[in-house]
Amino acid sequence: MIAEELAKKQKEISIAEFFEKNKHILGYSNPVKSIITCVKEAVDNSLDACEEAGILPDILVKITRSEKNSYRIIVEDNGPGVVKEQIPRVFGKLLYGSRFHAIRQSRGQQGIGISAAVLYAQLTTGKPAVIISKTSPKEKAWKVELFINTRKNEPEIVSEERIEWHRARGTRIEIEVAGTYVKERKQSVLEYLRETSIVNPHAKITFIDPDGEIFEFQRVSEELPLVPKEIKPHPHGIELGMLMSMLRYTNAKNLKNFLKAEFVRVGDKTAEEVLNKAGLDPSLDPKSLSRDDALKLLNTFKETDFLPPPTDCLSPIGESLIMKSLMTEYNAEWVYATTRKPKVYSGHPFLVEVGIAYGGEIKGDEKVSILRYANKIPLLYQQSGCALTKAVESVNWKNYGLQQSRGELPVGPAVILIHLASTNIPYTSESKEAIAAIPEIIDEVRLSLQEVGRRLREYVERKKKLQRKKKKEDVLNKVLPLLAKKVCEVLEKDPLDVDRIVAKIIGNVHVERSIAESDGYMDVCLRISNFTKSRKEMKVYEMCSGEVEAENAKVMQSSYTTLMWNITLEPNEEVELRYRVKGRIVNKKPLVEGVSEEILSGGEVTFL
Amino acid sequence: MKEIEAQCLRALLGIAERMYDQMKAGKIPELEIATRTKHNIEFNEESEVWVYGDRRSIRSAKTVKGAYMLLRMAYVIGFLKEQLNANKSSTLRELYYISENWGMAKFNEQQESDRLIEDLEIITAFQREHFHIRPEEDGATVIGPLRIREETRRGVKEIHCQDDVGEGGYQIPVNVDKIEFVDHDAKFVIAIETGGMRDRLVENGFDEKFDAIIVHLKGQPARSTRRLLRRLNTELGLPVVVFTDGDPWSYRIYASVAYGSIKSAHLSEYLATPAAKFVGIRPSDIVKYDLPSDKLTDKDIQALNSILSDPRFDTDFWKREVTLQLELNKKSEQQALAKYGLDYVTDVYLPERLSELGVI
Repeated sequence: MIAEELAKKQKEISIAEFFEKNKHILGYSNPVKSIITCVKEAVDNSLDACEEAGILPDILVKITRSEKNSYRIIVEDNGPGVVKEQIPRVFGKLLYGSRFHAIRQSRGQQGIGISAAVLYAQLTTGKPAVIISKTSPKEKAWKVELFINTRKNEPEIVSEERIEWHRARGTRIEIEVAGTYVKERKQSVLEYLRETSIVNPHAKITFIDPDGEIFEFQRVSEELPLVPKEIKPHPHGIELGMLMSMLRYTNAKNLKNFLKAEFVRVGDKTAEEVLNKAGLDPSLDPKSLSRDDALKLLNTFKETDFLPPPTDCLSPIGESLIMKSLMTEYNAEWVYATTRKPKVYSGHPFLVEVGIAYGGEIKGDEKVSILRYANKIPLLYQQSGCALTKAVESVNWKNYGLQQSRGELPVGPAVILIHLASTNIPYTSESKEAIAAIPEIIDEVRLSLQEVGRRLREYVERKKKLQRKKKKEDVLNKVLPLLAKKVCEVLEKDPLDVDRIVAKIIGNVHVERSIAESDGYMDVCLRISNFTKSRKEMKVYEMCSGEVEAENAKVMQSSYTTLMWNITLEPNEEVELRYRVKGRIVNKKPLVEGVSEEILSGGEVTFL
Repeated sequence: MKEIEAQCLRALLGIAERMYDQMKAGKIPELEIATRTKHNIEFNEESEVWVYGDRRSIRSAKTVKGAYMLLRMAYVIGFLKEQLNANKSSTLRELYYISENWGMAKFNEQQESDRLIEDLEIITAFQREHFHIRPEEDGATVIGPLRIREETRRGVKEIHCQDDVGEGGYQIPVNVDKIEFVDHDAKFVIAIETGGMRDRLVENGFDEKFDAIIVHLKGQPARSTRRLLRRLNTELGLPVVVFTDGDPWSYRIYASVAYGSIKSAHLSEYLATPAAKFVGIRPSDIVKYDLPSDKLTDKDIQALNSILSDPRFDTDFWKREVTLQLELNKKSEQQALAKYGLDYVTDVYLPERLSELGVI
């Protein structure tokens, strides 16, 4: 909106000058950032196009070194393509877009993103943008080279031709820009794509960096995200400038209809109440309102109670997808995510999602990484000035099993993801890199972090307990056999088997197979003991070759005979399963299904 | 093998059998043993010493610590079996080093193996001597009008503990039961904590002047020293007095002589001398003799408070003295008496105190 306002006032000046004055807002404030911004604009376009067309995105990003300090950026997608007539306007005209007043959760700064990248390329290297687009597999693709006429803000086509293109449909943009490419930094193209991939699990992104190294971010979900619904503005969520432009561009013929048609939660009664309070005639032509009238109307909005705005216009990533993405990207040992219910601040619906990845390949001796997102866009800059970061710092992570110095980010093998979705993201500044400290939002973020923290503590404690149990089991598994051996040696008696005693101490489910041989037959007895504190239901399998006789077992024949028993054991209960075989037992240890590995001894866990 | 040693071996193997039977029956092996804390010692009216009460602790393989303890015990029993069969003996320290070869059963410090031997004494009701386990020479000494007969490797020798010994005195052997008292001219026995004070008494001719047997305790006394004191008291009917520094650690030395120690309460009836009297230094002496003193440390205060809840010290005398010491916040050494000259202790302090106690 700001850009639009600015553009309106600056009609007389060239867009080159406009760009120069606003490049900090547009994301071109330094050479490193400029490259990231170009990639980001193109990738956002691709994701948006695929999402709207219901296509699972497959995006290729390639950056090559061109001349000194300049790079070629290529972004290619499998989206619906852009019809030939639209290509010049979409890529070659600033502020060309379809939905200025639509209120919805959306990625881009409408109408300025990709054409600003084209303009930036043109201003820094003097080279035209090359667009290839194909809308149907039956037709050839269009290849268009274009500039932006900086005086008229109109596209200027250098060349256009039909070409063969390997994709069935899609769009490819190639621009050459001045900038600096950096590797392995929080603020880098690679990190931006990684973070983008995490919140777009339905997208496959391939990145070829200037050294020719290939990075693939795999698709982890085949599910397309729901396209956020558009809603009209809520009377509490509007500013004067926007109200004035709405008044000017509305199709409504009178004020009452204007309120009803252009806002949510305003009906006949409320519209009349508002206009009455504001002292404005309902039959007035909206276009005739002065700035003072608009201000009066806005103040009346603030004094009036409306129902909160509907929240179904928000599109969360979802708990399971966040977890899946984090797991895939970080090879963590544990992940958790929570999506809060939508809430409202100042008439704007918003919702918060928080995910955490812990352990595995994540480094443990550094401060945790924070992944911040606003409407699924990664925020790479101004981490320390962002309210989302401050919310993380304000939580006492020591309670949740991480180390932390007071008021700092916690230290430990973890990555924390925070996604804020809203129809109006409250940024701290026009550069849209940090979230402002809105109390309602901070509360929600803190609640999510605390929930995630509690789950983390549960996990860490359970893990520690298991480790202690495992350690104890390891020691006892050595000490008790030695004890039995020594005692038998001192007393000159035959050896004793103490595996079952260890299982009893540890609290395992224990399986013991004893075999008595006679006349070529083996009489086998399986003793299953439940030393855990809960009832256990399990299936026990033995596989034999040769003649088999078994009571109470289900017998399945294939190349060998499989015996299966269904058993249920209460704590401290034991059962003996017997069978007779003339031949041999195929499996080394009895196979058990339905009991986890950590609590089974003497047998092997199976998933038949 | 002597009959008593055969019995001892059977008792030791009995422990292994108990563990074997438990494991054979699929049970978690465990052993019951008297709890060895100050909360589980009782005064035995008959023998007038403190012995273990009825509280028992279970050492079970359920815990890693218990499992290690049982494993080590099995190894020690195996070792003692071999040693008894071969009629060899070893010292506590040697046992600790022998365990180096026992893999996971090895002891981490000698304290552990010493303690395990004590456990075996308690469970079997035999003494370590029966296991052929000796303590290290502790070198505690005796000087005084006493003639003893000792079996040595060079035959039986009679030794007079004044005439036949140097200033260092007669060194108490490890097995005190092997010496025989021939005759004596002593009126009492005085056991002294520190070497400095013992030397002072010897130099001042205290043993001759007062017909006293001077025994050097060398800090917390070894079993052999305590056994000697008991034998002098019970066999020769000599009164025993104990002279130590004036701090909680020294009171514990007196208590282990007179009442029996908590660690080896199973041997109290064999080692303790209930008739032993405490000479000092008493906290009230610090005031009475205006002795040079040091401030109590935090550990001293802790130990004094612990004494207040120790059943062995549950008498008016000790309550009064310990409470006084806590109030004074002071402690004094034996040698603080030197403030009044080197002869003060033998000419004034001891004669005064010993006549108070009715010893002279």
